[in-house]
Amino acid sequence: MARAQTGTAGRRKANGAEGQGKAPATVAATKEDLLEYYRQMLLIRRFEERAGQLYGMGLIGGFCHLYIGQEAIAVGCEAAKRPGDQMITGYRDHGHMLVCGMDPREVMAELTGRSGGSSKGKGGSMHMFSTEAAFYGGHGIVGAQVSLGTGLAFANAYRGDGKVCFAYYGDGAANQGQVYESFNMAQVWKLPVVYCIENNEYAMGTAIDRSSSETKLHKRGISFNIPGEEVDGMDVLAVKAAAERAAEHCRSGKGPYILELKTYRYRGHSMSDPAKYRTREEVDEVRKTRDPIDHIEDLLEKNGWADEATMKAIDADVKRIVADAAEFARTSPEPDPSELYTDVYTEA
Amino acid sequence: MTDILMPALSPTMEEGTLAKWHVKVGDTIRSGDVIAEIETDKATMEVEAVDEGVVEAILVPEGTEEVKVNTAIARLAGEGGAAAPAKAAPEPEAAVDPNPQPASRAEAKGDPVRAAAAAPAAPAVALKDPELPEGVNLVKVTVRDALRDAMAEEMRANPDVFLMGEEVAQYQGAYKVSRGLLDEFGPKRVIDTPITEHGFAGIGVGAAMAGLKPIVEFMTFNFAMQAIDHIINSAAKTLYMSGGQIKTSIVFRGPNGAAARVGAQHSQDYGAWYAHVPGLKVLAPYDAADAKGLLKAAIRDPNPVVFLEHEMLYGQEFDVPEGIDWVVPIGKAKVRREGTGVTLVAYSRMVGFCLQAAEVLAADGIEAEVVDLRTLRPMDIGTVVESVKKTNRLVTVEEGWGPMGVGAEVCAKVTELAFDYLDAPPLRVCQEDVPLPYAANLELLSMPSVERIVAAAKAVSYRG
Ligand SMILES: Cc1ncc(C[n+]2csc(CCOP(=O)(O)OP(=O)(O)O)c2C)c(N)n1
Ligand SMILES: [Mg+2]
Repeated sequence: MARAQTGTAGRRKANGAEGQGKAPATVAATKEDLLEYYRQMLLIRRFEERAGQLYGMGLIGGFCHLYIGQEAIAVGCEAAKRPGDQMITGYRDHGHMLVCGMDPREVMAELTGRSGGSSKGKGGSMHMFSTEAAFYGGHGIVGAQVSLGTGLAFANAYRGDGKVCFAYYGDGAANQGQVYESFNMAQVWKLPVVYCIENNEYAMGTAIDRSSSETKLHKRGISFNIPGEEVDGMDVLAVKAAAERAAEHCRSGKGPYILELKTYRYRGHSMSDPAKYRTREEVDEVRKTRDPIDHIEDLLEKNGWADEATMKAIDADVKRIVADAAEFARTSPEPDPSELYTDVYTEA
Repeated sequence: MTDILMPALSPTMEEGTLAKWHVKVGDTIRSGDVIAEIETDKATMEVEAVDEGVVEAILVPEGTEEVKVNTAIARLAGEGGAAAPAKAAPEPEAAVDPNPQPASRAEAKGDPVRAAAAAPAAPAVALKDPELPEGVNLVKVTVRDALRDAMAEEMRANPDVFLMGEEVAQYQGAYKVSRGLLDEFGPKRVIDTPITEHGFAGIGVGAAMAGLKPIVEFMTFNFAMQAIDHIINSAAKTLYMSGGQIKTSIVFRGPNGAAARVGAQHSQDYGAWYAHVPGLKVLAPYDAADAKGLLKAAIRDPNPVVFLEHEMLYGQEFDVPEGIDWVVPIGKAKVRREGTGVTLVAYSRMVGFCLQAAEVLAADGIEAEVVDLRTLRPMDIGTVVESVKKTNRLVTVEEGWGPMGVGAEVCAKVTELAFDYLDAPPLRVCQEDVPLPYAANLELLSMPSVERIVAAAKAVSYRG
């Protein structure tokens, strides 16, 4: 592996997390945990790179929103989830699908619109779901997942089953009205929902300070009495620790919790976005100083856990999984024409 | 050892220029590094490495033109050798004709399978527009630029006209329809909004109540569903509820209908939805001249107007009259091709499909008359009826679902007004009655096509 050049000092400086005195930026973790987070994050990155490539080859159509740069969020939150906890997000959903244990083959084949895809090819990049993994999508309408996620939490409260819903949305989505209608009801009814704001600083071409009167999005719950905190979304352990606090708050019956996870997307908004609204230097700076995968590699190295054989094995394993998923997605047949009319209604 | 292949900007890109190498032999590259720049006639993109290793050879020197997609352009001495075949991931850079965020491959170059059907059709019998003055100069303009020109001209003429919407200003429009407007009119009149459709649509209607003339752009009409309450309850009904006191002169515009492969939530035709509502005017032009002339009419109109554009048409060029104040009247259909065999009625992109179908039918001895509705409300049913009186056969074509649709309305009106002239029950060609699937083959099966229009025309002609 040739990604040894980054140091942690710059990263810490650049990540901008305020900390709010809640917890240290990183917490203790075992070697096995760290290696597993590393593996998951690397899987997402390699998977997304390959998806970008398949898009370039015309095997993936329409919109394709890559998660590169934001891997620590899906992985860190997943590590804090308990079995049965739900998750819902927008169209930038590939990473979430991979961490909740869905087969990369199914995810990639959904991207290519094949029968082996998780929605039989009928949903596409933006619309993937897994009831098995309690992953409720995959939504294309900005902000919709926030109300839907609050509704999933409503069901949890209704049943008293102790489950928590993680609802992910972007800094741009944070301006939709339904977010605040949901906040209000969630707090009035003490619903167990963690609002995970993936603040990557841009909504398409709009930098957050051009669209938001209050750019500290964790404060958006103040008038609803919902606690919120800012988290370094490039540090998987900080994400995990914050998500655990948030989930605990929910599980103890205190209602919703807001996490503003500061992150960055390396690629354009979707594959066809030229990203002229920011400089190459800005992107390179983040990659150099805040990269979430570099960060976890540093942690592994500092602890003496990054022996070459292990790291190489993980890399090779991830490469193999991604290559296999791509091959499956290329060769899985298109859905049968009869599928056009299935799943419009369901039987009782 | 791994070859880096020439990537495609879109599924239909076949070749490009290798403009620049950012690496040289001996360099170590990491996945994500920008290694080269590639140009097509439309855009420049940076090529990012996917695989890692040391550059062993540059196989295609910079400056090489017409490099075929999937040609090996460089070779890496790989690490493990187990690396999967590498290709660069494209990061398209829309320099001139952008197809930005959502547009992607949607336009005519869209889906390879769909592209054939999407190609612009030149009508065999090019009918002169009745509104066109003698001797006027015609220039080729894309629908995209025609819309921009319409807004610019009206903004120059009336300081009360302003444009608001997501990404309309600095980004120049998600589909680049508002390109240049921020430069000319400044941020007071070309306004980027947050992603808050319900809120800014309401703000637009309120500003219109106060006498301004907003143009509210929805990035696509799919997102106007967030705002539909204000379009209907606030804009369409207030004049009536106020006994004629409160006027709302406002245009809601944006792309409508299915692009290519963007899935069910991003692919819907709202023609029937809005055309259902008294108090709204609903326009859905096909070519650039109508796009320009009708948008100017819409901006001038004292009523709320829903203006449905089509992403797949944005990049298509048509003749547009130059140097005159070109305004097309609202509420008038246009016969785009004359014929006596069957009447094809359509709007927006489907007009192009009908013109193509008419060519196919002509080869089979059926002369189709193509009526472009242009305005869905108030509908010019008279032009349709006149046509049916001549052809005695009717096929309607729309991208939306059939039930309660525009075609249903046309058929109902024609049976009401010209029942005795019909020689066959009218047929509707529509999107299949399912949410639009993503898979390429299912999407194709779901959408109206030239073949389906031809088949319907033959069926009402009791042929084939
Ligand atoms: C209601 C609605 N409006 C607009 C869009 C178009 N759109 C898709 S993503 C996006 C930007 C969202 O940005 P953000 O919430 O920050 O998420 P990110 O893409 O950064 O992950 C926009 C405007 C949409 N899909 N839905
Ligand atoms: Mg964002």
